[in-house]
Amino acid sequence: MSVLVIAEHDNTQLKPATLNTVAAANVIGGDIHLIVLGHSCQTAAEEAAAIEGIDKVLLADDAAYENQLAESAANLIKSVSNDYSHILAPATTFGKNVLPRVSALLDVQQISEITEVVSDDTFKRPIYAGSCIATVKSNDAIKVITVRATAFDPVSANGGSASIDSINADGVSELSSFVGEEIAKSDRPELTAASIVISGGRGMQSGDNFHLLETIADKLGAAVGASRAAVDAGFVPNDYQVGQTGKIVAPDLYIAVGISGAIQHLAGMKDSKVIVAINKDEDAPIFQVADYGLVADLFNALPELSDQL
Amino acid sequence: MKIIVPIKRVVDYNVKVRPLGDQSDVDLNNVKMAMNPFCEIAIEEAVRLKESGTASEVIAVTVGKSDSQEQLRTALALGADRAILIESDSLLEPLGIAKALANVIEAEAPQLVILGKQAIDGDNNQTGQMLAALLNYSQATFASEVVIDGDSASVTREIDGGLQTIKVSLPAIITTDLRLNEPRYASLPNIMKAKKKELDIKPVAEMGIDTSPRMELLSVELPPTRQEGIKVESVEELVSKLTNEAKVIS
Repeated sequence: MSVLVIAEHDNTQLKPATLNTVAAANVIGGDIHLIVLGHSCQTAAEEAAAIEGIDKVLLADDAAYENQLAESAANLIKSVSNDYSHILAPATTFGKNVLPRVSALLDVQQISEITEVVSDDTFKRPIYAGSCIATVKSNDAIKVITVRATAFDPVSANGGSASIDSINADGVSELSSFVGEEIAKSDRPELTAASIVISGGRGMQSGDNFHLLETIADKLGAAVGASRAAVDAGFVPNDYQVGQTGKIVAPDLYIAVGISGAIQHLAGMKDSKVIVAINKDEDAPIFQVADYGLVADLFNALPELSDQL
Repeated sequence: MKIIVPIKRVVDYNVKVRPLGDQSDVDLNNVKMAMNPFCEIAIEEAVRLKESGTASEVIAVTVGKSDSQEQLRTALALGADRAILIESDSLLEPLGIAKALANVIEAEAPQLVILGKQAIDGDNNQTGQMLAALLNYSQATFASEVVIDGDSASVTREIDGGLQTIKVSLPAIITTDLRLNEPRYASLPNIMKAKKKELDIKPVAEMGIDTSPRMELLSVELPPTRQEGIKVESVEELVSKLTNEAKVIS
């Protein structure tokens, strides 16, 4: 058995979800190889080679992979797939974009967003916004899998000394091209990697009021998130969204402010270690999952909280 | 330009789905069904492209049992011109669905296929990308803005860190994210008109494609429940509990 993990990176640094995906590969067992595809991404490949437990890094460094667009990336991954029993990617927007394309090229039914490895062919994954957990067995020859990062503790980024094998570009596609991107710049930690997250919902009433959360976030070193309702209302951008159709987080502390607690939101945060809910409606469903609930008007509670931190 | 919009019949998003007593599957007896919310956004985008004169025809397609005609009628009421049901006796996996859709798309030769990024039942987020692979089309997933420009489309995508814009050559597959548009409601006259629109039925069994399942569902269970917490009386008590009891802040 050997497992290929698709590394996520920005051509300079690996994204932390790669380490959680390697952790899932470890449970499956066998040799673990990482593929780094990008452009001028030697430092990312070196970082990959240093990850504990990696046997080999495949490096495809070519201008065609600079933005890791799905068409060329999927063709390349398919071209190396014969050597592997499992192909894994993190269930991030990158992995979700590329891996199903690989899966169909291989005529394989992908297993999305696993939260547990039961055996080398059997996995657990949430369905219906996490209302139920399904145990599924794959009968395909190659298992193509995306991994929910929060369900696996990351492996150590150090201690490995894998070889780096360069591979040539293969199946470069010109069906799509990169135009530009707007990446939010923030001094706060990334939502999915933060140990504390403070999120606002419709109860925040406006985007301007999110500064009440930001002040607290900066005191705690926390990331700021939001419910879908707050995104739909235009208070904050979509990359703030925590939930079934947004990001999945599991920090040590999750503070939900003015969030009622629809199942779609709970799907994205209910595996957090400690949950705090602040809501003026004492019957809000969020209190059913909260370790500490405070029934209060958030416009009084947040400044008070900020003062006491 | 012709646009195909694949849609899916799913359990209504307000329903809390539970496992069957024997944990062999989810319990879907007598639950309310609806069109998948992301599919409504896909229909809306296609209909807007038609209203702006960019598209000439919008075709809604689904792969499912006979009862999926209900959601196709909804799509017709929202502005699709005609509909195709690819009829299957059992519910197919995303790969099988993508193969069946590819079969119809090859015959219809649209310039654009718009579909939801994920269905809220299986939460797989696969069908659009698989369809793009099978047809060797370009793909633009998680779209928040679509601009058609001649034989290509400029699509802004919701990615983890922000937004990415890519240019895809047509024909292309686009999957919708939440902020692409706000879907309209069907008006009563349009619901009446939809009943007279063309709805073709094509049995998947006659397509000569392999849609056999690749996965076995071994069991469905409830997730572990969290222990019930406590209510605190004040911000001061909250800070004290987080510092001294939970020890998550210092």
